[in-house]
Amino acid sequence: MPPVIDLEGLGLDGGAHLLIDHALAALRPGESLRVRGHHPALAVQLAAWCRSEGHLYLPEMTVVKGSADAERWAHAERAGQAAATVAERAKPEWGLAARGALVEPGGPPLDVDWAERDHVWADIAPQLYAQANANQWNPATAVDWAGPHTVPDDIEDAVVQIMTYLVENEQAALMIPARLLARLHPHYREVMQLLAAQAADEARHLEIFTRRALLYRDVLGVSGAGGRSSLQSLLDEPDYTLASFLLSVLGEGSFLDLLRFVQRHAPDRATADVTMLAGRDEARHVAFGVAHTAHVVRTDPAYLARLRGAVERRHSVLVDTAGLNKEVFDSLVVLAAGSWTPDAIGHGWRQVQRLQHTMDEGRQRRLEFIGFPADEAAEISALHTRNFM
Amino acid sequence: MSLLLGAVAYDPKVVTIWTGFRTWFRDRGVDFDYVLYSQYERQVEALLDGSIDLAWNSPLAWIRARRLARHRGAEVRAVAMRDTDRDLASVIVVRADSDLHTLDDLRGRTVATGAIDSPQATLLPLAVLADAGVQARIRRHDIGVGLHGDHIGGEREAARALRTGGADAACLIDANLLQFAREGVLPSGSVRVLGQTTPYDHCNLTAGPGVDAEAFVDMLLGMEYGDDQLRPLLDLEGLKQWLPGRTEGYAALDAAVTATGFYRQDGGIGATGYRP
Repeated sequence: MPPVIDLEGLGLDGGAHLLIDHALAALRPGESLRVRGHHPALAVQLAAWCRSEGHLYLPEMTVVKGSADAERWAHAERAGQAAATVAERAKPEWGLAARGALVEPGGPPLDVDWAERDHVWADIAPQLYAQANANQWNPATAVDWAGPHTVPDDIEDAVVQIMTYLVENEQAALMIPARLLARLHPHYREVMQLLAAQAADEARHLEIFTRRALLYRDVLGVSGAGGRSSLQSLLDEPDYTLASFLLSVLGEGSFLDLLRFVQRHAPDRATADVTMLAGRDEARHVAFGVAHTAHVVRTDPAYLARLRGAVERRHSVLVDTAGLNKEVFDSLVVLAAGSWTPDAIGHGWRQVQRLQHTMDEGRQRRLEFIGFPADEAAEISALHTRNFM
Repeated sequence: MSLLLGAVAYDPKVVTIWTGFRTWFRDRGVDFDYVLYSQYERQVEALLDGSIDLAWNSPLAWIRARRLARHRGAEVRAVAMRDTDRDLASVIVVRADSDLHTLDDLRGRTVATGAIDSPQATLLPLAVLADAGVQARIRRHDIGVGLHGDHIGGEREAARALRTGGADAACLIDANLLQFAREGVLPSGSVRVLGQTTPYDHCNLTAGPGVDAEAFVDMLLGMEYGDDQLRPLLDLEGLKQWLPGRTEGYAALDAAVTATGFYRQDGGIGATGYRP
């Protein structure tokens, strides 16, 4: 005797198919299920439902289980072994399926460029993402926007120019992770999440630097062609690891020192706040860039030559440009000077020289961590753009 | 073997389906292609004049093709159909709270149907009423005329007319009884089935006179739902398995076509006001 399911008064227009499916799950294709119920349209509904599901309907309310469901899942495979296991290679056929999900074959392959773990991964990515979430802040309240306005006019000029420069740098720093994450296989979820958090960080930085620039003024400073050329050359790098290396290891790495410099010489609380907050985020971006590049070099030591090549290429593209624009450099001097006496300007000048030295040391340290010998790290650091980022 | 198939473009998915099938056949060495028609009448005429070898035909198009062929002393053959083309039923439904309980109660009442050329939502259910001797006011919903009811719009409008009181009854295919419940057009428990047709068959793949499609049909019948490349196409086309064609499931529609004069015996179009 075939098993029987009693639907009572429930019709297939009201969810009865769930009960039938549930009962059919225990049967093999070709086995029968008797259906009982007193919904007035049950027979006509059941016949139509069986037809659409590939089951055979026999009069007197019998369903003979079809094989369509078994065939649909016959070649299904998991997108990676389990949710917690990151595959070495993510298949385009997994598409947008969650990591570890059972994937029905036949869907459209995902058109992404980076589907190998070692091209995109760093073991620290999950921790950095957790940290990024824990350290979110609200631009409206995290900065002391209402503090007293005691900044002299000519120092404020310098602040506005520096903020103008920071905004254009942060725009590049937003576009690059946004571009990278759209080309990444979502199997490497933590990296994608981290890049998304990075883009969101930069979006906030744009906001606070713009807001600080316009806190007491109506117009922004200048944007030099050389600085923009340098930044745009970052957007031109198509390779994931090279883009991450140039942006995060060298660019944002140098930026960390710049932000600390502006914070230390900030003439007001708002300037100190915005540079401190941005610096905290940038440190995380640098940490991922360094960890990822080091990961790639560990798996392929020959990659060091490609990293060096990328810096040399960028250097040769930019060699005839002005690099950092004069207005930005001068503004940093004035900011550190704090006034226009010859002594103060001389002091400011020395501070900016020290900043450049600190940046160079930082770059060398990170390059050595990645795997470059000390002498080569020094050479590569010296080729880094004069535009800092 | 070179074969050209005609299909009616009732939905953009038709291109996806037949382009996918074309690739599948060509990968297996069959020189297969397809052309699209905007309506079934032109497709049937093209099948009969030899412009195409095969036609993916509605049941009504099948009946016309057969009449046209026989009038010329030729034969067309239904060589394949989907598993979902067999043993369909159409229903006549009323609002659950109405005072209509038998087909007889529909005498003089308003019955909403699909388009003039819909077998499932017009011709077959109206034949049920005619057989019962019931004369009702017919409120037709001529959406997608020439598509022989493939366009669901007319049927959906008929269901809406029932729901909103514009009609006392509506004619639907059985599958749409469930579909419209899911869509909320006819929520669960809102309608009652007053009558239904006997089981009938729907579309078929029709081979034109003298066309040798045997090898092609063998391959078609060999398509497996377990094939991961084919399954999305089969899902789009609404089948799990191709089956051999059969023609006994068209008797009721053939009788309805004769009774209404929709097509003449020579295959000419007889329906008044039918402008595909």
